[in-house]
Amino acid sequence: MTQPRMPIESGVPDHFQYMHPVMRKNYGQWDWHERPRPGVLHHVAKSGDSVWTVRAGTQRQMDVYTIRKLCDIADQYAEGHVRFTIRSNIEFMVSDEKKVAPLIEALEKNGFPIGGTGNSVSMISHTQGWLHCDIPASDASGAVKSLMDELHHEFTHEEMPNRVRITTSCCQINCGGQGDIAINIQHTKPPKINHDLVANVCERPSVVARCPVAAIRPAMVNGKPSLEVDEKKCICCGACFPPCPPMQINDPEHSKFAIWVGGKNSNARSKPTFHKLVAAGIPNNPPRWPEVGAVVKKILRVYKEDARDWERIGEWVERIGWPRFFELTELPFTKYHVDSWRGARHSLNASAHIRF
Amino acid sequence: MTKKMHDTPMLDQLESGPWPSFVTGLKRLAKDKDMMVDLLGQLEYSYKTRLGYWKGGTASVIGYGGGVIPRFSEVADRFPESKEFHTLRIMPPPGMHYNTDILRKFCDIWEKHGSGLIALHGQSGDIMFQGCTTEKVQEAFDEINELGFDMGGAGPSVRTSMSCVGHARCEHSCYDEGRAHRSVLNNFTDDLHRPALPYKFKFKYSGCANDCMNSIQRSDMAIIGTWRDDIQVKQDEVKKFVKAKGRKYVIDNVVTRCPTQCLSLNDDDTLAIDNRNCVKCMHCINVMTKALSPGKDRGATILVGGKRTLKIGDLMGTVIVPFMKLESDEDFEKLVELGRNIIDFWAENGLEHERCGEMIERIGLANFLEGIGLDIDPAMLANPRTNPFIRMDDWDDEAAKWKARKTG
Repeated sequence: MTQPRMPIESGVPDHFQYMHPVMRKNYGQWDWHERPRPGVLHHVAKSGDSVWTVRAGTQRQMDVYTIRKLCDIADQYAEGHVRFTIRSNIEFMVSDEKKVAPLIEALEKNGFPIGGTGNSVSMISHTQGWLHCDIPASDASGAVKSLMDELHHEFTHEEMPNRVRITTSCCQINCGGQGDIAINIQHTKPPKINHDLVANVCERPSVVARCPVAAIRPAMVNGKPSLEVDEKKCICCGACFPPCPPMQINDPEHSKFAIWVGGKNSNARSKPTFHKLVAAGIPNNPPRWPEVGAVVKKILRVYKEDARDWERIGEWVERIGWPRFFELTELPFTKYHVDSWRGARHSLNASAHIRF
Repeated sequence: MTKKMHDTPMLDQLESGPWPSFVTGLKRLAKDKDMMVDLLGQLEYSYKTRLGYWKGGTASVIGYGGGVIPRFSEVADRFPESKEFHTLRIMPPPGMHYNTDILRKFCDIWEKHGSGLIALHGQSGDIMFQGCTTEKVQEAFDEINELGFDMGGAGPSVRTSMSCVGHARCEHSCYDEGRAHRSVLNNFTDDLHRPALPYKFKFKYSGCANDCMNSIQRSDMAIIGTWRDDIQVKQDEVKKFVKAKGRKYVIDNVVTRCPTQCLSLNDDDTLAIDNRNCVKCMHCINVMTKALSPGKDRGATILVGGKRTLKIGDLMGTVIVPFMKLESDEDFEKLVELGRNIIDFWAENGLEHERCGEMIERIGLANFLEGIGLDIDPAMLANPRTNPFIRMDDWDDEAAKWKARKTG
């Protein structure tokens, strides 16, 4: 019996070994930058050195052939160094401006759109969906592919008032994160419980503890230890489903898309904000989710027309007010837009400030 | 390939359109791998029935308790070749820099042992090697590990971290994000690889208040670059900018957008800044990249407790250290020590499945600060309390402490 190989607990690898040499040389010594065109950044160091970055969109879930293709382009048209952004865009760095145009041409020829910089709509950060997640109510890669097909122009052009960051998530845990526009599944029906399986599969006390509204309690069902849900209390969040798969929350018909706007992680101008609910009840309609695309495009169109330079979506709504937002987007306003969770009073208008 | 492709009429529709198609990539892999033939079959089945069919389970590598995301198919009778489709989470370098050599090596390893599908990157920052049988997990990891890459976090542990491009390419960067990232995370490898905490704990590093890593909203400990002295101004560049863009543009988009009204455009087209009231929001510097830069006395603001909905609702991180220098070896040691103190206190006092921010919500910020040995500071609040429901028996002692700190 040979000894098993123990892991080399090396932790986070050193980034300098992979970094573009101009970036390594001028590490921490950059002076200013400009955007010569959408998808291209030009950074100048205090030493006078320059680096040009070409940013391209990818499908995020990449096959090795796509990655090798990107490597071929990086070797042939750039300088062999790339990096990725938080939204799965790939960046090629070059030290010579003359390399920018041929690099762009090679990327576009191979189907990689150039953009995602400045006041564009960048790639949608998303989750795993049906491809790999254990609790998804929808697919992420497919919904994102469909949306980015429709927003292609907005990725490759910088025509928005400010940057737009969109996220999607295939359950309310929202791994996709906060966004100017967040597209998330919202369950509308309590879990369907397979009582025959609960006792064997679920650690019942920890499932009970997961529920944010204390709607789950242990019960004997058909002579077996199981769990029951007080359906009047249940908020259909799905928190019980990951630790207890027999409590199926996903429903092909009743798990719907909801759209939220005004999330902002930057501290620029206004403090960071969470996204707020604007639309729900949108059907989960693969493979192209046209109803989701229609709402998102409508919101973007109105924002593009009505917001001022540098206003993010949330800041624009703050300026014009929520009544006007619903008027302009023609989205229905319902009692479900009124927050009912703890701290909800902070979201009510405690003033006489009203626009007519 | 020996196995015949399944019909995938719905997925086929995702091959058209201008954005790169993941379906085309999956199909290319399916030419050589039966696993991917059935993966496509299962995905199409999900599209048709609008349900997911993966369940968790157990898969890991020798020596580590986490980092592999096990996935077993619930429809393996229909799609047997993809009945196991695990993911290896691998930690990226800070700033996600790669050269083509290392990416090609990843591709070769994953083509040999796995499905050939790699996501760059997951929402926590991991390189996600997606699609591997239980049998092949160890071999694949061993080869990746030999290249100098290590397993990422999963489960109730310190998680993989992310940092912005920062020092490598960005003039806004106020501290060495890569160094902070590696100093902290590489002091927590045990907590990362062997899950034993109440729940997940994420660190994220952004070099300025633009917070490109979304740290404040998505990490338990956010390290945000900032400065304490005056914004650096090149007045000749300000003048050039005004000349190029016009006074109206500068007034409407720079001066009046300052959240604390500390900017004013002078009659001679130079910029006056009331630095005492600047909150380092980055807006004016974002607009006038050549004319304005962060100050010279740089460091970081630390916020703790950010997270998404489960269980008590969304929380943003809140300030626990208004300013911390991050330059000397000692500074970075202090950052590691702060992280260690926070995690130790939370491991001791957090409930099962309770994020650090939720614990702070439950016990109160003042108790948390006392627990980790930090002094209270008005910069930690949006405003002082608005309700009188509090016992203030030892007000005089607390006031004396404040006075002593001010004079000390």
